[in-house]
Amino acid sequence: MKRVAGYRAPYPGTQPNHLHSPYVSSIKRAPTKPQVRIPYTLSEVTGPSFGPEVVAPKASDLTSGHSGEPLGERIIVSGRVLDENSRPLANTLVEIWQANAAGRYRHAVDQHQAPLDPNFTGSGQAVTDGEGRYRFVTIRPGEYPWRNHYNAWRPAHIHFSLFGPAFATRLVTQMYFPGDPLIPFDPIFNCTADEKARNRLISAFDWETTLPEHALGYKFDIILRGREATPMEE
Amino acid sequence: MSLQATTSQTVGPYFKIGLDWLHRDNLAGEGVSGERVTIQGRVFDGDGVPVPDAILEIWQANAHGKYAHPEDTQDKPLEPRFTGYGRVPVAADGVFRFATIKPGPVPGPEGSEQAPHLLVSVFMRGVLRRLVTRIYFPDEPRNATDFVLNLVEPERRSTLIAKKTAGSPGTLEWNVVLQGPDETVFFDLGL
Repeated sequence: MKRVAGYRAPYPGTQPNHLHSPYVSSIKRAPTKPQVRIPYTLSEVTGPSFGPEVVAPKASDLTSGHSGEPLGERIIVSGRVLDENSRPLANTLVEIWQANAAGRYRHAVDQHQAPLDPNFTGSGQAVTDGEGRYRFVTIRPGEYPWRNHYNAWRPAHIHFSLFGPAFATRLVTQMYFPGDPLIPFDPIFNCTADEKARNRLISAFDWETTLPEHALGYKFDIILRGREATPMEE
Repeated sequence: MSLQATTSQTVGPYFKIGLDWLHRDNLAGEGVSGERVTIQGRVFDGDGVPVPDAILEIWQANAHGKYAHPEDTQDKPLEPRFTGYGRVPVAADGVFRFATIKPGPVPGPEGSEQAPHLLVSVFMRGVLRRLVTRIYFPDEPRNATDFVLNLVEPERRSTLIAKKTAGSPGTLEWNVVLQGPDETVFFDLGL
């Protein structure tokens, strides 16, 4: 009987704890009892797969699909999805969502006094190619206020959701922009103890993907958990 | 040189914008074999208040105990119309509900067989990395010998087992309790 090879545990401090009290919403929602450590089984090393067929042809262009162009600064966000063993993850679904250029989400709960943009929904999907690459065309999201504490503002960010090859590799994260002065004050950004791990959430301005007369490029590589070495036959 | 996994962040309050398009609250459409079940419940925060803005994802094997994934090499049939994936938001009334089939048993550690179960990821504002738990089935003799259930303190195992609902056969109730004496058991998979 073969033991199932699991996925690597995170390096200490590189993933958030459930409770991060400066982020007020975590206080009543973070579990308080220790989590139960379980061995990897077939259930956790399998997971849903979504090929390019699930994604509409223009789903990676958030500036398309409306009668006009959205307001704001057009940008190209691209990168690679790799695992911790530097292996590119092909054919993996990447979902994003974001606020519009004025810092407003197209969502009933968002009451920020900033205009909605009839030409921007803020939702996109892509499936990585054979080298793990993805690419979105969108607009730079605006910063916006929230009620976590007095005069709280979220830095500009794009939400990312990824599946990877297994249930164990599922990841939801946020991408930030270089030079945003709000980043050091953001309790969500700061929920991860390890400074280098936090800073990897900040995308890099990228000349290579910047299109002349058209759009600035930002690069954001995403690393999903890597597999432990395959165990020997027992 | 190895890389480090990207740090997790909360889905925040507005995930509906990005995740709506892939909602799957009926995992087993026509032509899928197996015992039909509807699972419904609520997510409660530390004040016992139902959470209106959570989203669950389900992963499960088919009725034969086979996952639709290349790493499942068991000699069991696949169901072409069954992927085993669900994405279920909590509705405005605070309730989540999805329809599926009871999965068959799948292999567990040390040559054991696991009791039928669903894997669940829970995401919401305030949750910085996903919560991972499982749903087991009532009246299931294999629960007694399930390797994972047996790693849980006996008095907390009931948080993982769905309950039958009176007068509604085929409907099971299972809640997510984030804090307190009845706190749901969450598993440590690293993420």
